[in-house]
Amino acid sequence: MPPTMPGALARFQDDFARALIEPDAAVTHEIAALASQPAFAVYRNTVMKGCIDALQANYPAVTRLVGEEWFRAAAAVHVRETLPADPTLLHYGSAFADFLARFQPAAELPYLPGVARLDRYWTEAHCAPDENTLDPMAVSRLAPEVLAGVVLHPLGAARWAWFEEAPVYTIWSRNRNGGGDPGADLDWRPEGALLVRPRDAVEWFALDAAGCAFLDACAAGGTLGEAAEAALQAQGDANLALLLARLLKAGAFRENAVQQRSN
Amino acid sequence: MTTVLTAGVSLKPQHYDAAFACPAEGLWFEVHPENYMVAGGPRLAWLETIRSKHSISLHGVALSLAADAKPDSAHLARLAELGRRFEPELVSEHLAWSTWRGAYHPDLLPFPRTSEALVRIAGNVSRAQDVLERRIAIENPSHYLRIDGHSWGEIDFLGELARRTGCGLLLDVNNVYVSARNLGFPAGDYIDAFPGEAVMEIHLAGHTPDANLGEALLVDSHDTPVALEVWALYEQLIRRIGPRATLIERDDKLPDFATLLAERERADAVLRAPLAKAA
Repeated sequence: MPPTMPGALARFQDDFARALIEPDAAVTHEIAALASQPAFAVYRNTVMKGCIDALQANYPAVTRLVGEEWFRAAAAVHVRETLPADPTLLHYGSAFADFLARFQPAAELPYLPGVARLDRYWTEAHCAPDENTLDPMAVSRLAPEVLAGVVLHPLGAARWAWFEEAPVYTIWSRNRNGGGDPGADLDWRPEGALLVRPRDAVEWFALDAAGCAFLDACAAGGTLGEAAEAALQAQGDANLALLLARLLKAGAFRENAVQQRSN
Repeated sequence: MTTVLTAGVSLKPQHYDAAFACPAEGLWFEVHPENYMVAGGPRLAWLETIRSKHSISLHGVALSLAADAKPDSAHLARLAELGRRFEPELVSEHLAWSTWRGAYHPDLLPFPRTSEALVRIAGNVSRAQDVLERRIAIENPSHYLRIDGHSWGEIDFLGELARRTGCGLLLDVNNVYVSARNLGFPAGDYIDAFPGEAVMEIHLAGHTPDANLGEALLVDSHDTPVALEVWALYEQLIRRIGPRATLIERDDKLPDFATLLAERERADAVLRAPLAKAA
């Protein structure tokens, strides 16, 4: 029984972990001998496959757009840069959209990082805390003169974004769940999206620039008056009454969130 | 585990409806808690629905108890929260590591079984049991590599771990078969020497020959039915130690629920056979 030096386990794990991800890494003789056994590939493959499978599961619209083979090759590059920090692999890939934005082979697909962001928003909405949504009646009961001073809080399971460069919402929604026709005509224009899980299932809607600015202001704690101002600044012709009605119907706000802000 | 002595199956989302509706007596389900470490949403709601009718077991893959580091306290806290919420009959983990210096490697990685490792792992198991406020079962992993640095045999190592920490053991019979084939030792001897009184749960799963090396290297793939040789080892084990909670473990290439249930019934029949001595 050879005596072991203190810290031998940590050194083993440092080098074993490096050999898993970087086949050419310089490691101790002990680990190099292990990595030269053909069976070492079982660990290497399992770790890579587990990470790539997780990214593919978490980014289905990106996968459908680029094809499985391209996706898995790109994902492998990302995995080598960024291993999961959290063993709940549903959370893996928070840096994937940023990775795609600087991934040279994806340069000719400028909408891809935005599509990845919406896939990520779906996951975040899917596993956000359960909350009751605000009953639209709670707002319609308010007197018009108090409405401007009211603060509404977006649901924890609501995500929204505005994409200046491309019709990301249309591209994403056509490729999510294998649903729409990805080859259909596309009107190339800026678009926004709202994803929200009012109950069990994540639902999604197109959202204009006014809607995104409105929700940004609400999330920052602004009153409805301030949110309306932000919406009009983003989009001069915004129909605020219709916008608020749509957001309430979508379940974008938390229950018990009607507060008067006293100045 | 005192109340669940029959056979259970792994639970995957594709089988939620069939699992909930299944009337089989004593049927229980095992899940990976990592798949339920979310703040809210339909996953937790589903598990709650299943739990309202069936017992469950939480089988962790990510505590990384064999890492030379304390278990991640946030991960342990989330596991404890799931324990409080779902009141599982059993909580188990592996004699392996996966998270190291903040990076999670989704596999059950090997290490040299030294006295240094034993001290570290015993400390980690005790810490986990303290936070979870319960006895946990530790599983023997599958082996693929010949590691020169072992100073303990696996059975002695697990037995000593159980003695020092009071933990139980989870004996995965398929892992024994796979390891025995890969490393060249008699699987039947391992089954006979395993400390039976510490066994809280048994796993049965399928394996496949490695894509490159074929039968020379079996992979613990959990994507096929339990092999005949593994059933024979299982019967040998139950004859010696008596009935224990037994899981049909399936993680990939899922068959329909009825097919899994048929394997579960086969295990159940072994557990109820007159030859199985009273626990």
